[in-house]
Amino acid sequence: MANSGHAAHEGHDDHHGAPKSFWQRWVVTTNHKDIGTLYLIFAGVMFFVGGLMALVIRAELFQPGLQFVDPMFFNSMTTMHALAMIFGAVMPAWVGLANWMIPLQVGAPDMALPRMNNFSFWIMPFAFTLLLSTLFTGSGAPAGGWTLYPPLSLQGGDSFPMAIFAIHMMGASSIMGAINVIVTIMNMRAPGMTLLRMPLFCWTWLITAYLLILVMPVLAGAVTMLLTDHFFGTSFFSAAGGGDPVMYQHIFWFFGHPEVYILILPAFGVVSEIIPAFSRKPLFGYESMVYASASIGFLSFIVWAHHMFTVGMPLAGQLFFMLTTMLIAVPTGVKVFNWSATMWKGSLSFEPPMLFAVAFLFLFTIGGFSGLMLSIVPADFQYQDSYFVVAHFHYVLVPGAIFAIMAGIYYWLPKWSGHMYNMSLAKWHFWLSTIFVNVLFFPQHFLGLAGMPRRIPDYSVQFADWNMVSSIGAFGFGLSQLLMPYLVWQCVRGGAAAKAKAWEGARGLEWEVPSPAPYHTWETAPDEATIIHASPTGH
Amino acid sequence: MLRKPGSLSAVAAFVAALAAPAAHADWALNMPRGVTTMSQQIYSLHMTIFWWCVAIAVFVFGWMITSLVKFRHSQGAVPDTQMLHSTKAEVIWTIIPVVILVILAIPAARTLIHLEDASGTQLTVKITGYQWKWQYEYLDKGVSYFSTLSRDSDAARQLQSGVDPKTIPDYLLSVDNPLVVPVGTKIRLLLTSQDVIHAWWVPDLAVKKDAIPGFVNEAWFEVQADKPGTYRGQCAELCGRDHGFMPIVVVAKTPAEFEAWLKTQQQASLPAAPNAG
Amino acid sequence: MSSKSDSHDASTYYVPHGSPWPILGSVALFTLMIGAVSFMNEWAGGWSFLPGALLLAFMFFGWFTTVINENEQGMYNLQVDKSFRMGMMWFIMSELMFFAAFFGALFYARQLSVPWIGGDGVKIFNKLLLWQDFNAAWPTNGPAKLGGHADHSFETIKAFSLPAINTAILLTSGVTITIAHHALREGNRKVLGYALAATWMLGFLFVYLQGTEYHEAYTELGLKLSTGIYGSTFFMLTGFHGLHVSIGAIMLFIIWLRCMRGHFTPTRHFAFEAVAWYWHFVDVVWLVLFVFVYWI
Ligand code: HEA
Ligand code: HEA
Ligand code: CUA
Ligand SMILES: [Cu+2]
Repeated sequence: MANSGHAAHEGHDDHHGAPKSFWQRWVVTTNHKDIGTLYLIFAGVMFFVGGLMALVIRAELFQPGLQFVDPMFFNSMTTMHALAMIFGAVMPAWVGLANWMIPLQVGAPDMALPRMNNFSFWIMPFAFTLLLSTLFTGSGAPAGGWTLYPPLSLQGGDSFPMAIFAIHMMGASSIMGAINVIVTIMNMRAPGMTLLRMPLFCWTWLITAYLLILVMPVLAGAVTMLLTDHFFGTSFFSAAGGGDPVMYQHIFWFFGHPEVYILILPAFGVVSEIIPAFSRKPLFGYESMVYASASIGFLSFIVWAHHMFTVGMPLAGQLFFMLTTMLIAVPTGVKVFNWSATMWKGSLSFEPPMLFAVAFLFLFTIGGFSGLMLSIVPADFQYQDSYFVVAHFHYVLVPGAIFAIMAGIYYWLPKWSGHMYNMSLAKWHFWLSTIFVNVLFFPQHFLGLAGMPRRIPDYSVQFADWNMVSSIGAFGFGLSQLLMPYLVWQCVRGGAAAKAKAWEGARGLEWEVPSPAPYHTWETAPDEATIIHASPTGH
Repeated sequence: MLRKPGSLSAVAAFVAALAAPAAHADWALNMPRGVTTMSQQIYSLHMTIFWWCVAIAVFVFGWMITSLVKFRHSQGAVPDTQMLHSTKAEVIWTIIPVVILVILAIPAARTLIHLEDASGTQLTVKITGYQWKWQYEYLDKGVSYFSTLSRDSDAARQLQSGVDPKTIPDYLLSVDNPLVVPVGTKIRLLLTSQDVIHAWWVPDLAVKKDAIPGFVNEAWFEVQADKPGTYRGQCAELCGRDHGFMPIVVVAKTPAEFEAWLKTQQQASLPAAPNAG
Repeated sequence: MSSKSDSHDASTYYVPHGSPWPILGSVALFTLMIGAVSFMNEWAGGWSFLPGALLLAFMFFGWFTTVINENEQGMYNLQVDKSFRMGMMWFIMSELMFFAAFFGALFYARQLSVPWIGGDGVKIFNKLLLWQDFNAAWPTNGPAKLGGHADHSFETIKAFSLPAINTAILLTSGVTITIAHHALREGNRKVLGYALAATWMLGFLFVYLQGTEYHEAYTELGLKLSTGIYGSTFFMLTGFHGLHVSIGAIMLFIIWLRCMRGHFTPTRHFAFEAVAWYWHFVDVVWLVLFVFVYWI
């Protein structure tokens, strides 16, 4: 097999190895692999931070009555948990995976704009320092929900501008990250790597990057208007001056809905790599997967008001947003069916990446079904702002996005570290996670349907039983997650050597370079034969 | 290798429990049918979508599980690597979901249009949200009052109060002054707020509408004539510290009882409070 | 930063070595944000913006110097050049969406929230119960008549006064920069210098006139940031645009200095083009703004 990446590497002198000094290697670096690692570590830390906040929530909700925290602090936990998970854990994890994998997969020597790449990473820790430090301000952390609806969010104290500026910083970081992905894919593909020979992870990330560029600035605009309403006397969101609080919601969700697809599209990509690899069979319907992803991206721009069915929109608006939202089920269904068809008549084995990918298929689909239920306006009047919604989005986010991230890590870890990991530990991690995640979130459907509103620190006793189950699930799920950093640590330090192609059925250029991937890869582009050999459809 | 014990058994439990008669309230699983025509229409809409989802799930998950069982590498399965795509299959699984969605959209749209039709109401109540209480004004009747969390719940819900919530009747769901309405009467609600956004939600009435400062939202309900009773709900839009503690209680009385109640209220209250235009 | 000893082969894509500018930029941004927070929360005066702003300026200066030097040494092949171009394009796209959020607010207010507050259609109860005397006509500072003169009235700026002149200025500057671009491509450095100088001067003139307009708005017209939704959208849009013109004019000035130093060749002048695109972008935004904010 042509190991051109490796071969090219051999001939060069030492400055192509990793720098020795910590500062050179980890702080001022321009290497996509190191930046990818930094992103992933950051995401992991934020996942634990956000998870601890979730555990505060679940501990307080374990029983009726207020046992541990003040309601205001509870609201801060809800708000910060969501911000930490979405902006701190899932998005950086995807950028980290993009950094590691996209140059490898398209046969590029690095990301297109490496210094900007480093910049977009380093903004994140600072942004989160700013955001998390609000926990220590006198007025407490933001407590208006992650959606920051005015007028409530305008009642925030010292922490209010801190949160706004932190969001500005994250936005800047995401935009730069997205520009890098687009430019890398559009300009850095090896000759012969046509768009339709790209792995789906590149495709879904490309679409994600377009979404990011189109919506992150809109979020920045929305929070800027909050800022001026609070400090400079503007009336964007106040009826007294001719504005409207609901206008904020429209602008926010114009960002917010595409945002949830930003979180899930790369997951679709990862799953579309893993299912074929462990079915030992090419992805079924490659092109329709690409079109489906693009349709989802497009539709995500015209459905936003399904988050606002109770604000009193005119009937025509409600009907429009209901119908467009329902339509998203169609391209998503195409994906689900294509994955099923990929497994059909395959030769399936269940290594940890495949286990997580299969769980994703089942559990994401359940989350999608509840999403479809939410899109039915009259029914949504009963579901909206209840735990049914909480159950919906955790199904698509935790066994959806988070499981896909884990699947991706288990899939590519041998490529990064050069070692295989402890398979049985990973399987433990999988089974515990899958069982507990359902114990955690499935009962929340019942709670919501029975009438429990979200964002409350205490509830009436009729909700006690399922809340207790859910909290037990939360602690079980949380504890199970400790296995993963341990496993990764072990794997980085040693273990059986991984082959260049760590998994028998894997396809893609990343498997044509040795494991661990050399510090610099594809300084000489792979030749067309290699590209075709590694392409998802084999031609 | 195929089991997804978590998801599948939970789905199974859900389905089984839905079918079981009168599940114990504490382990409630499903949406209440409610006591208005609209709430029952919404309930059946909800169940319709739910069963469609179950049917699709049975199909998709069945398909996946078959693959997981049948095509195992460890059992010597040989992959069919020529199976790249099939236009026919792809067209089918695009069209069928569209058809299902149309089938769902029609009753949904019909119910929605019905819900939005607030004509012919016989009584109007203006509801104003405050941090953290509700104000009810019976327009043109000269009755207006505030409704807040009842005292015993309020005492018990303090941080580490030491009071067991289970000893409090309707913990967090009882108020000092409930909204009183006649059954069999189409009642118009006009919702607004004095500070931040709140939402007025009573599951049994299937009404949830935001109360937005500076704007008035309209909603309506009609409790079925044979369903007088007490119906409880909560504020459903995060409105600050005590968002969890501004419940809603609606008492539906027979028209005669309601008239009597209104009389006593009118006598008790000071010269009309509301200044509705 | 890259060391000069690197023998760089123009056939390969230039991947820069570690650079301190990004981390410095992050620190600068953080400092700037802390400064802004301190100012907003009244922990400190306006000076608190200064450290971050200075650091940021230093970072930009250093980063661009590095890039310019590398470019002058011929380390960037055409593929790198293309990456820069695409990067700039998408950056401008993101800026466009930033403006879109504010335009969205304007359209929403004019088309929906103001008529609704005035009781339009099914929203009649807004008028009946809350805002009886509100006349929903644009421009407005809302039913509570926020801001404005002492009697809460205010006037707007006529489209065909200063704004029209400003439109002419920006359009002219669009022409001069195109002239400069042609001159650059034809190797006519003299015309390039003059045309580019004219462009940045027009840019600063625009900013100056905008300043006088703001002055008039505040002192005479009762039109302020706090003058209800009209003042909010007016100043947010024009102010944000003015900020972009200022940045653009500064960039033009720097590009002009570089031209004077003999930078750029008829075929390779990414930085020039990037600034030109940016300038056209602020131009286009202005036209939309002129129509929807001032005119109709
Ligand atoms: C990764 C994130 C993610 C994803 C992928 C989705 C996917 C979907 N979401 Fe979800 N959603 C969120 C994250 C996400 N959502 C979040 C975070 C919130 C709450 C925000 C907040 O308020 O804080 C939310 C809230 C939310 C609401 C608002 C609820 C409310 O507040 O009242 C609605 C309403 O329509 C909705 C709908 C949908 C739909 C229709 C999909 C669809 O894309 C799902 C499509 C998938 C399927 C349908 C399954 C597979 C398809 C088939 C097997 C084909 C056949 C199927 C049929 C024909 C039915 N979502
Ligand atoms: C990607 C996004 C994401 C992810 C991954 C999660 C993960 C989890 N979330 Fe969620 N959540 C949101 C996004 C997300 N969430 C959003 C957007 C909201 C809405 C916010 C709003 O209303 O504004 C929300 C709201 C929300 C609520 C509702 C709060 C309310 O309405 O008041 C709850 C309640 O149960 C909850 C729980 C959890 C739990 C238990 C997890 C778990 O999966 C977390 C698991 C991880 C850990 C637990 C950490 C790892 C382990 C350790 C740190 C070791 C220590 C462990 C022990 C000692 C046991 N979340
Ligand atoms: Cu009022 Cu929540
Ligand atoms: Cu959405």
